[in-house]
Amino acid sequence: MPADAVASARAADTGDAGAGDAGARGWLQRHLSKLVVAPSFAAALIFFYGFILWTVIISLTGSRMLPSYEIVGFENYVNIWRLSRWETAVENLFLFGVLFMGLSMALGCLLAVLLDQRIRAEGALRTIYLYPMAISYIVTGTAWKWLLDPGIGLEKAMHDLGWTGFAFNWINDPDMAIYTIVLAAVWQASGFVMAMVLAALRGVDDEIIKAAWLDGASLANIYRRIIIPTIRPVFLSAFVILMHLAIKTFDLVMALTAAGPGTATSVPATFMYDMAFQRDRLDFAATSAVMMLATVAAIIVPYLYSEIRSGKRG
Amino acid sequence: MHRATTGRTLGLAVGLATALAGTGAQAQTAEVLHYWTSGGEARAVAALQEEFEAAGGTWVDAPVAGGGGDAQATVLRSRVLAGDPPTAVQIKGPNIHDWAAEGVLANLDAVAAEAGWDDILPPLLRDIVTYDDQYVAVPVNIHRVNWLWINPEVLAEVGAEVPTTWDEFNATADALLEAGITPLAHGGQPWQDATVFETVVLGLGGPDFYRQALVELDADALTSDTMIAVFDQMRRITGYVDPNFPGRDWNLATGMVMNGEAAMQIMGDWAKGEFAASELTPDEDYLCVPTPGTSGFVLNSDSFAFFEVEGDDRVAGQDLLAGLILGESFQETFNLFKGSIPARTDLDRSAFDACAVRSMEDLDSAVAEGSLVPSMAHEIAIGRAPRGAFLDVVTQHFNSDMSSQEAVELLLEEVELAM
Amino acid sequence: MANLPAQAAADTLGARLGRVALYAALGLFALFYLMPMLVMIATSLKDVEEIRSGSLLAWPQSVSLDAWRYAWSEACIGVECTGLAPYFRNSVLMAVPAVLLSSLFGALNGYALTKWRFRGANVVFGMLLFGSFIPFQVVLLPMSQTLGFLGLASSVPGLVLVHTVYGIAFTTLFFRNYYVTLPDDLVKAATIDGAGFFTIFWRIILPLSPSIIVVTVIWQFTQIWNDFLFGASFTSGGAQPVTVALNNLVNTTTGVKLYNVDMAAAIIAALPTLLVYIVAGRYFVRGLTAGSVKG
Repeated sequence: MPADAVASARAADTGDAGAGDAGARGWLQRHLSKLVVAPSFAAALIFFYGFILWTVIISLTGSRMLPSYEIVGFENYVNIWRLSRWETAVENLFLFGVLFMGLSMALGCLLAVLLDQRIRAEGALRTIYLYPMAISYIVTGTAWKWLLDPGIGLEKAMHDLGWTGFAFNWINDPDMAIYTIVLAAVWQASGFVMAMVLAALRGVDDEIIKAAWLDGASLANIYRRIIIPTIRPVFLSAFVILMHLAIKTFDLVMALTAAGPGTATSVPATFMYDMAFQRDRLDFAATSAVMMLATVAAIIVPYLYSEIRSGKRG
Repeated sequence: MHRATTGRTLGLAVGLATALAGTGAQAQTAEVLHYWTSGGEARAVAALQEEFEAAGGTWVDAPVAGGGGDAQATVLRSRVLAGDPPTAVQIKGPNIHDWAAEGVLANLDAVAAEAGWDDILPPLLRDIVTYDDQYVAVPVNIHRVNWLWINPEVLAEVGAEVPTTWDEFNATADALLEAGITPLAHGGQPWQDATVFETVVLGLGGPDFYRQALVELDADALTSDTMIAVFDQMRRITGYVDPNFPGRDWNLATGMVMNGEAAMQIMGDWAKGEFAASELTPDEDYLCVPTPGTSGFVLNSDSFAFFEVEGDDRVAGQDLLAGLILGESFQETFNLFKGSIPARTDLDRSAFDACAVRSMEDLDSAVAEGSLVPSMAHEIAIGRAPRGAFLDVVTQHFNSDMSSQEAVELLLEEVELAM
Repeated sequence: MANLPAQAAADTLGARLGRVALYAALGLFALFYLMPMLVMIATSLKDVEEIRSGSLLAWPQSVSLDAWRYAWSEACIGVECTGLAPYFRNSVLMAVPAVLLSSLFGALNGYALTKWRFRGANVVFGMLLFGSFIPFQVVLLPMSQTLGFLGLASSVPGLVLVHTVYGIAFTTLFFRNYYVTLPDDLVKAATIDGAGFFTIFWRIILPLSPSIIVVTVIWQFTQIWNDFLFGASFTSGGAQPVTVALNNLVNTTTGVKLYNVDMAAAIIAALPTLLVYIVAGRYFVRGLTAGSVKG
């Protein structure tokens, strides 16, 4: 009897109307949800976490061309910092990450606000701002590489037009080349931020704004007090997507500068790729990968936590 | 009962195979992974494909373009780890031994014995393509890395002679700069920087120093005054290239020499394929001379390693391909296209141009006087990890204002880490 | 009172100037976003001689589609001179099933995780979501081993598997965040009527989902079509997707670089995703508005 009671209580708990059903069908209905998620979860366990575990193990070995499983300890994590290229890569990632996310956010918000002023041809403009997002980094890199090449691109065009003093050779300057990657990446992603922020702005209740306007609130105040707090969640989402893109910058760097001039535009992703596939140093490759993952996790896990909490409320 | 069935199936299979072989219908398939995608190279590999198909084989082309095989290495590792290696792969130098040590390469001794490879290959090449005294790869050619390509008209504009020492080179380059001409056509990619670097090492240090520094990785040699002088010369060279050099492909740099935008280029003899594609004649339209300071020979050799594959057609394809690659006709056509000289030493030289004949003669004399050295930049001298360390330091030095002293210290540190 | 009309006039003038400035700013930004594409299109329509002699920013004097035809069906990628056409087909064969599968899994996951919540559902969701932040280079080697084990190495189905697996993280996020906003009462009412898991999904949830489906499909299609890393690492030769072929084509040089062909090829490779954005971009933004991607 107590067992039955527990079972029915549990059935009531899940709100499953099929709880009265006896036998297999009832069990199936109660557990279908889990069964449906199970394949994805299993895939995640193998393809996400299994592979991460594998990488962590390799980072503790002396693997060279092919994986070996003899643990040597944490020495790779010490030695990697003695490589000048890793230092460059880490510096670049922070520089790139901050500038890329900051500028894409700022430009995206600016465009969204400008577009939100009852603009004629808004649809066309929106498409123009958004389309770079549709293009692969390989194409973006190819196009910008060409535009930025002083010998054939913008600089030459300006010289041809008679403006011979015009100089724009960032892509050939080891100190400035990383900014060309920021430029191309912002060009690509800012339109997407614009679309998200614009969508959120449209979701703000017009009545509240009207009321505030009538009460004499300034435009700046309305944005600060009403609009920005309402659309804050979108900033978070945009931030997450930008971060996802920032990690994937590999293609763009390869197509635009191939990590050059010299090693000036190395990022951890290109470092890792080089070590794994061109230097036969799987150990360093895995070590750099684990450090990248740890950095990402440090930023993303708090976000996931808040995401999940909001799910509980929803 | 069980055994009988198996036996009969086997017998049937053998019978079938024999029947097929008898009618000459034995399939021969080769999937060839390579990175020969630019002008002369693509024509050279197409020649191999033609011969292979003329002999009845089915050629599956698997080109992976990009920077001296870096991209191809990615694909190869994935394929081998996935248990699906290509039939033949363009790999070279110590990397062949690395793969052989993993036990994934096929044994080509049968083909080698039949064609008498032992007698026709120079000893140095045989060392590269054998592992544990077994043939696991086939050399295709011999490239000389230390060539200086010159546009004679441009050089004549400043009344300069062909430079034979680095001092003369610097004087000529300064004169060219004064005349508003780019002295050196160069592409700022790490391997190209390293190509220039190793010719400077040979020119300033001589073959013995070259071996100590770039083959044995001797710490004293790496930090010696000679090495500092090498980096000093590299610093001078940074002043002789045009500002748009970063990222430029080598063949575009060759184009600059051809159309007179620049006077000279330091590049291996694959550059000749580009001159040939534009139908220019050596010693008339362009000059090929050894890089300054040496009559030595920096050797680079392409080769195909053969992976252990399954399936009769693929094994048959392997044997056919291996035999063809060192065959006389292919050695001649291929190397005429590619700009290199044949890997086998017994070929008639009459079909080859002046540069190639000079290369063959210099190779003979370099072997005799001990000035034949393997290329570091092109993965013949050392493994990929220490080579990468050299590339990192050389290219960082070339693209910054790092001092020679700093470069030498960094080099020692990174080379030790890469061991 | 007296100066009211004057103020109104000033307002109008100020407002008018403001509008002009606003449109000028929007126009300048539009130029910034359009320039690379315009230059690419213009260049692809020129012949090699005009590229060398003329200005980059000039519109072609004589429009020629030769470069496009060449890039599509004749250009040499490695030794095979087939143009981009066969690789384009590979990309379609890869992208379509991968987009459908990953979206389907995402929808089911999102539905199960919000409307049929079980113990640990949030942890499962968190673990799935983290997958979208794994730098893909990390998984290349173990993945190639796995593909070999499954017999899918160097094949289009192998790429479909890879893209489906790594797409699930984002599709689940999209659907889950959308379904959270749907009232639970919808499901409760239906269960009382005796409807089961799939019936509710099919009859009630899916009809409410077009906007989020559009967002997910567009996102996934863009990501998968544009992928380079997986395509370059897990395929070779005839199975390569168009992005890899494009890279090979651009890097296959024969003395003179055919910039017009490079540019035409780049546009061809980008065309499907561009079309999707131009045609369905409106629905994309509308879908985002529907609360699909909320924090």
